[in-house]
Amino acid sequence: MKLKGKVWKFGADVDTDAIIPARYLNTSDPDELAKHCMEDADPGFPVKVRPGDIIVAGKNFGCGSSREHAPIAIKAAGVSCVIAGTFARIFYRNAFNIGLPIFESPEATAEVSEGDELSVDADTGVIENLTTGKKYTATPVPPFMQQIIAAGGLINYVKEKVN
Amino acid sequence: MPMTITEKILAAHAGKKRVSPGEIINARIDLALGNDITAPVAIREFEKIGVEDVFDRDRVALVPDHFTPNKDIKSAEQVAVLREFAKKHGLPNYFEVGRMGIEHCLLPEQGLVGPGDLIIGADSHTCTYGALGAFSTGVGSTDLAAAMALGEIWLKVPESIKFVFEGELQPWVGGKDLILYLIGDIGVDGARYQAMEFAGPAIEKLSMDGRFTMCNMAIEAGGKNGIVAPDDKTRAYVEGRCRRPYQFYQSDPDAGYKEVRRYDASLIEPQVAFPHLPENSRPLSEVGNVEIQQVVIGSCTNGRMEDLRQAASVIKGKKVHKNVRLIIFPGTQEIYLQALREGLFEILVEAGAAVSTPTCGPCLGGHMGILAGGERCVSTTNRNFVGRMGHTESEVYLSNPAVAAASAVLGRIAGPTEVL
Repeated sequence: MKLKGKVWKFGADVDTDAIIPARYLNTSDPDELAKHCMEDADPGFPVKVRPGDIIVAGKNFGCGSSREHAPIAIKAAGVSCVIAGTFARIFYRNAFNIGLPIFESPEATAEVSEGDELSVDADTGVIENLTTGKKYTATPVPPFMQQIIAAGGLINYVKEKVN
Repeated sequence: MPMTITEKILAAHAGKKRVSPGEIINARIDLALGNDITAPVAIREFEKIGVEDVFDRDRVALVPDHFTPNKDIKSAEQVAVLREFAKKHGLPNYFEVGRMGIEHCLLPEQGLVGPGDLIIGADSHTCTYGALGAFSTGVGSTDLAAAMALGEIWLKVPESIKFVFEGELQPWVGGKDLILYLIGDIGVDGARYQAMEFAGPAIEKLSMDGRFTMCNMAIEAGGKNGIVAPDDKTRAYVEGRCRRPYQFYQSDPDAGYKEVRRYDASLIEPQVAFPHLPENSRPLSEVGNVEIQQVVIGSCTNGRMEDLRQAASVIKGKKVHKNVRLIIFPGTQEIYLQALREGLFEILVEAGAAVSTPTCGPCLGGHMGILAGGERCVSTTNRNFVGRMGHTESEVYLSNPAVAAASAVLGRIAGPTEVL
């Protein structure tokens, strides 16, 4: 699967309160959450973001709370994937569990600029910056997590297990 | 082969003799926890799996504590999802307002978690129970759904970092200061994916409440779990309280650590974490003049008896500064009642504090103490991210309860020795 879109760039340690502030967590409706995605980091983001766009951020993306509403909001806002230097542990699990593609690449994170066009091969983890022509390879996904992806997410994986 | 306490607990729950860092295991869980924000999503996902029932009705705990007492219609409907699920599946451990508490104060107090347990919770501060010598970690809602169905979870065995605190604690320095100091040292991702083992003479002397505070904030350094080896204090806490058999594990003396970091606790002052990350901690003597408008004392981090006693001892006979709102959040109904019996609330209310029923409330900017733009708050909670307690231009300074209480009296960030 190829993901293609324009880059929205954020810094290091983007926390889940910035991704989806708790004041909106009295619902878990993805479309409602999408309206406030990244609002406390960039108030204009929910309006500016276009389907397929890519979030690129520094280290420790998604730190803080365990709220799965964070990757849900990003996915529902139309973002095709998140590329970061590193991810916080719970966000990493949650993104896989709900089917938001994420890629770890400190190199891409360091060199990609806001507004660049990226193409990401979700199967190989190759990130191509169509604006600069540079290519990067994301840290491979652990084999066990690939099984979860292949099953179509954690719930499907569990369904197979219980049946 | 020698193992750390974390590795031993994981091995025991995976049915293995030993496990090594990096290994993926399927581990049996002793308890799964959800709250009014995370459980509605988990319940939705659980129902897609197609199992009739949860794996064990005694081992699923649902605690509506974040937006309760229900702050609006949507919050009330989220809690209703939990209530109906608990009723449908006959879950005894659903806790209603008036009989509940902040989940991470409540579960240890009710004896639902114990030494040697493996606990997962759809709340990042689930790491709190490591204070009992348990492996305990936060997950998302879908992981909770899977765990409620299977009674197990897949985990990567973390590497361990040992943090050794030598020496005697200074007066007014407690678990909160040690953990803020530590996070200031290693950063908010300094222990990402790692087990954080707290040890040394200063930890041995720390009360159970102080240990809960430390383990509670392991996540603020990116840790997978925080853990303290159980000892006589742990035994005294769990005896007669813990509802299931428990087991004490200790790290082997020659266990493998990614790193061992040593601190001289006698050099650590009360700490204040400046906006907007917990790693921005400074010793109280270097804070300078920071005027404040609100003080929050309570939460899953510092809402226990020791915290309330400390706050009341500082504030006794004084008044809250005219420019400050002081709001107190006891951790549970039991703590509330005990504080009432000890006269702590009389001291606090006479000083001009507002005392709330247990709730996560303002800690996450939910309700009961939201900040306006430009306002500053000293808080005994765990996070000071942008917009955490309200407006994105408000500021949160994290501290221990004694510093928070002194600050409430003086209207600026201050230590207890300035008012006593």
